[in-house]
Amino acid sequence: MTTLARLENVTRRFGDVTALDNVSLEIGSGRIVGLLGPNGAGKSTLLSILQGLRRPTSGTVELLGGSPSDYRTRRGLGCTPQETALPAALRVGEVIDLVSRHFENPVPRGELADEFGFGELLRRQTGALSGGQKRRISVALAFVARPKLVLLDEPTTGLDVDARRTLWEAVRRQHESGATTVITSHYLEEIEALAERVVVIGEGKVLIDGSIAEVIGKVGLRMLRLNTAHPDAVSALPGVVETRPENDGTHTFFVRDADAAVVELVKSGIDFSDLAVRGATLEEAFLTLTSSGGATTKEQAA
Amino acid sequence: MTTLTLALHHAKYSLIETSRIPIAIISALAFPALALLFFVVPQQVVASNPLWATQAVISLSVFAVMSNALFSFGLSISEDREKPWDPYLRTLPAPGLARVFGHVFSMGLIGFAAILPVIVIGALLTAAEASVGGILLGLVALAVSALPFMLIGIAIGYSMPSKAAIAVVQIVMFGFAFAGGLFLPPVMFADWLNTLSKFFPSRHAREFVIWAVQGGELEWWVWVGLIVWTAVMLVVALWLFRRDEGRRFR
Repeated sequence: MTTLARLENVTRRFGDVTALDNVSLEIGSGRIVGLLGPNGAGKSTLLSILQGLRRPTSGTVELLGGSPSDYRTRRGLGCTPQETALPAALRVGEVIDLVSRHFENPVPRGELADEFGFGELLRRQTGALSGGQKRRISVALAFVARPKLVLLDEPTTGLDVDARRTLWEAVRRQHESGATTVITSHYLEEIEALAERVVVIGEGKVLIDGSIAEVIGKVGLRMLRLNTAHPDAVSALPGVVETRPENDGTHTFFVRDADAAVVELVKSGIDFSDLAVRGATLEEAFLTLTSSGGATTKEQAA
Repeated sequence: MTTLTLALHHAKYSLIETSRIPIAIISALAFPALALLFFVVPQQVVASNPLWATQAVISLSVFAVMSNALFSFGLSISEDREKPWDPYLRTLPAPGLARVFGHVFSMGLIGFAAILPVIVIGALLTAAEASVGGILLGLVALAVSALPFMLIGIAIGYSMPSKAAIAVVQIVMFGFAFAGGLFLPPVMFADWLNTLSKFFPSRHAREFVIWAVQGGELEWWVWVGLIVWTAVMLVVALWLFRRDEGRRFR
């Protein structure tokens, strides 16, 4: 394994806001890294520092053995534009050509189009494409250069399930042919499908850095929603991480193990009705873990 | 891939984009020609005097190139910085100069397209006269003297949001045009205004192109002024480009 990127004690402030707070991170070749965190956690700032778009306020950044703000270093880096960013007046083939010209040995246009499935779109202006088509082209642009390191910022947000899976397949194949990928996402499902290592960021800090199994164990919460006259008693039950009152008078309790929690609830004899159980989305789990002081300390202690 | 080929490449696609929305460049093409048609052609004193008419045509050509450089550079750069495509382009391995030169090539070409109607109207409807060699030299001189304006446009584009850039470009453009004697010839200036005028790149450009077309003596402050403005603005433009992190919101 070689080190592709390294951040050491990187802090980045925007005025009064600290977007990254003393982050140290090393990214080595060979493992897809999932970067998780709620909105505003600092994921995009971290990527933009690796891309050379922003400089850290303090700390050092190394990319492929050089500085990311030196354009020569970025020859081995693949990035995606936001899907809305493609210049609307240019044709798909022209956009790919424009990007390809920056590299010594780009993937031929036809090959790239086959891999990401937009061969029939090359003659269309990008303004005429659907959101999903634009997304595929944006992601494909990251792989034009046969890069050593690829940074994908929420590559499948807004795609339907089929399109998402197709894109994952392509990313996985590219990864196997040697492009180490860092991917940010809101979807736990996406991270589960792709990543081998997961880094969770909250409020500008690295909260968790570990294998996918470890992280799911920590953030994979279930939600019990029920009607009760004694929410405090339920909150006090073992396994309840966080409580949230709902607008309709019911309460939602975040728990690690829903089955065990229901057993505890029944055993405790507390009156309740209208019980519903569902998995917390990643975002809900994060908000719970990163926003409430108590839960966060529990996590950090763990 | 050298910086120059990359710059040509960026210029090519920027021109393709512009050509697909051609209305955007029509005003830049039409304004100087209309100014010549309405303000110079009807004034027989100027239009029938070969020396003055030629200088009027040259002044408006300088104005065409200057306004085009300021507008297209200042505005398109600050607009690009607000679009998400720009940060993506900045992640590509291209040196800062490649994109600066890309802008210079693409918009320089449009600037030259704007002075063609000025030359044609000047030749047909006024007493302006110049040898073919003089015209060719004049075009080269125009290209050289356009550099400071392009760089000023780039500096404006990288230092402010597009709504501010529109206002600043207009102030700079008309200020430079009057102060540089592009609308009123410097012979009509008071002494103090004439002295002040010699510090403006628009005045340098005007005198430089007149010298290239009509011959005569080139005063030292013209070429010194051109070199100083170009050098200083090149440093400023490159510094702003490197420092730029896209548009900042507070």
